[in-house]
Amino acid sequence: MAVDYIYPDYEIIRDYDRCIACRVCERQCANEAHEYLSDSKKMIADNAKCVNCHRCVSLCPTRALKIVKSDHTFKENANWTGKSIKEIYKQAGSGGVLLSSMGNPENYPVYFDKILLNASQVTNPSIDPLREPMETRVFLGAKPDRIERDEKGRLKKNLPPHIMLSMPIMFSAMSYGSISYNAHESLARAAAHLGILYNTGEGGLHEDLYKYGKHTIVQVASGRFGVHTTYLNSGAAIEIKMGQGAKPGIGGHLPGAKIVGDISKTRMIPEGSDAISPAPHHDIYSIEDLKQLVYSLKEATGYTKPVIVKIAAVHNVSAIASGIARSGADIIAIDGFRGGTGAAPTRIRDHVGLPIELALASVDKRLRDEGVRNNVSLVVGGSIRSSADVVKAVALGADCVYIGTAALIALGCHLCRSCQTGKCNWGIATQREDLVKRLNPNLGYKRLINLLTAWQHEIKEMMGGMGINSIESLKGNRLMLRGVGLNEKELEILGIKHAGE
Amino acid sequence: MKKSWKYWVSSMQENDNKQRCGGEKLKRVYVNEKWCLGCHLCEYYCAFASSNEKDMARALKDIRISPRIRIEEMDGISFAVSCRHCSEPLCVKGCITGAMTKKDGVITIKKDKCIGCYTCILCCPYGAVSPSEDGAIQKCELCIKTNSGVPKCVEGCPNGAIVFEERGE
Repeated sequence: MAVDYIYPDYEIIRDYDRCIACRVCERQCANEAHEYLSDSKKMIADNAKCVNCHRCVSLCPTRALKIVKSDHTFKENANWTGKSIKEIYKQAGSGGVLLSSMGNPENYPVYFDKILLNASQVTNPSIDPLREPMETRVFLGAKPDRIERDEKGRLKKNLPPHIMLSMPIMFSAMSYGSISYNAHESLARAAAHLGILYNTGEGGLHEDLYKYGKHTIVQVASGRFGVHTTYLNSGAAIEIKMGQGAKPGIGGHLPGAKIVGDISKTRMIPEGSDAISPAPHHDIYSIEDLKQLVYSLKEATGYTKPVIVKIAAVHNVSAIASGIARSGADIIAIDGFRGGTGAAPTRIRDHVGLPIELALASVDKRLRDEGVRNNVSLVVGGSIRSSADVVKAVALGADCVYIGTAALIALGCHLCRSCQTGKCNWGIATQREDLVKRLNPNLGYKRLINLLTAWQHEIKEMMGGMGINSIESLKGNRLMLRGVGLNEKELEILGIKHAGE
Repeated sequence: MKKSWKYWVSSMQENDNKQRCGGEKLKRVYVNEKWCLGCHLCEYYCAFASSNEKDMARALKDIRISPRIRIEEMDGISFAVSCRHCSEPLCVKGCITGAMTKKDGVITIKKDKCIGCYTCILCCPYGAVSPSEDGAIQKCELCIKTNSGVPKCVEGCPNGAIVFEERGE
């Protein structure tokens, strides 16, 4: 019979000359990888329990720890990699679907890294953002096609509801339940301070956070958890979640173990019951059905809030977006295949969806070609890693971007991709009280503010370099982009020229 | 047991308030048990601060530390306790040799005057004074003798649970 022993992927290396056996590693590891031997007064570690989250490494006061990739190996094989073999062992042992979390880590092209930005030289002056005004403010919502005037020639105020953001960045949907209360509070406070929005995700809104309503997008997803009139009216915008980039076509499942206390109350489901979000919305099978939900939500909120429809980037995304642009939705959010998640089947996460760059470019083009681009604003997410990605996304046609993973990294996430275990050592993707308190929102919200303030500075610098002083002039300005190492088809879809052209 | 522990925490905070009402303005070390993780790093940073070594591993390798700040923990609640630098310090009043003095709001100890009678240890309602290896007593002196600026325990706390600030009346 086969023996299921898989050598650990990572090894904990301890410098015994530096270890003072203070036991902070032991106390801080929720996976119990470290142990103190009281007879020999020595720390030891069990590599098999390590998820490589760096909590112990970061807190070790004498810098005695590091985590290295194991050099233990199978016989080299370009086809049957160690990863494939190990996954087969796991499934042969368990009979279960493989689960993972956070974004797709596989080696697919990252188009943002193959796009370069322009800058001004000689003939068109660049602008110094430290000396001259520079506008990063954006407004999201449907734009009227024409200016209308009444019989006296005064402007008719026919502008549909909009949201105003100080910069083209929002925090994407992460539910209370999938992330901790402290993580949610950090996001809410940072959004309020920065003049942007954060998103509740499908978990309802904790009653303490209603005060940040003006900076909140309230989400309505297929499970309808925590949705009621007060909830809908408390936010600045409402998002209908049709799909998620990390797991297109798949619903969600928050295990009953995480449905405790306030989470059960906020989601409006009994404690200990699994929160299962169906894969589809059972009342939406067409654009017409979607339109009904869009208008139900608008009716419920007196037509005062824009409605966002969020979809995952899939193969025919531009046709779907074209339908959504006609459904009465004010904003379309598209989530690329590198978007994060608290848990997803590995095969779905790693093999389904589209790169957001291609999805964005094709949706923007399709909507413009059909003359419906002004019906909606476009928000894109799915691995926006830096301000350069933001600028490139805006130049490809986005009105705004969603950041999720980047925000969590700012809060301490080390991308160990073990969220599904519920034992997040950084107090983010966990509901264990002793772990949740490790994320102090008083420190967390400042880190988010720092991150986005820095990005805003960088965006201004890059815009200034291109001789652009308003983010609106950058939007869809693909002449500011050039591709490197891309083939004709890729350039055609992205709508950009090759570098040197 | 749990109740009495929480009671102790709240009475300590109440006492802090009373002490502040003494009219003195001074930066003190405050601990918020809500954010204390019980990681004990403050104790190690404290021990390092008084070691006069440059390298922490060299300073604390193979020794049993006796820090001036200590984590109290029970039933999932933890918090660090160090000298409150009281407005009316019982330790200073109780000191029979004048080894303990209060200067600019900070209670300090002159080791050469201390005879190790431990009266101060018995007097201190917080248990913030302890014996040291050299026979004299030791207590938190806000790192004023060893380094400038922020006390090491505050600097080293990974969760902002220990803060060094002046709080209004």
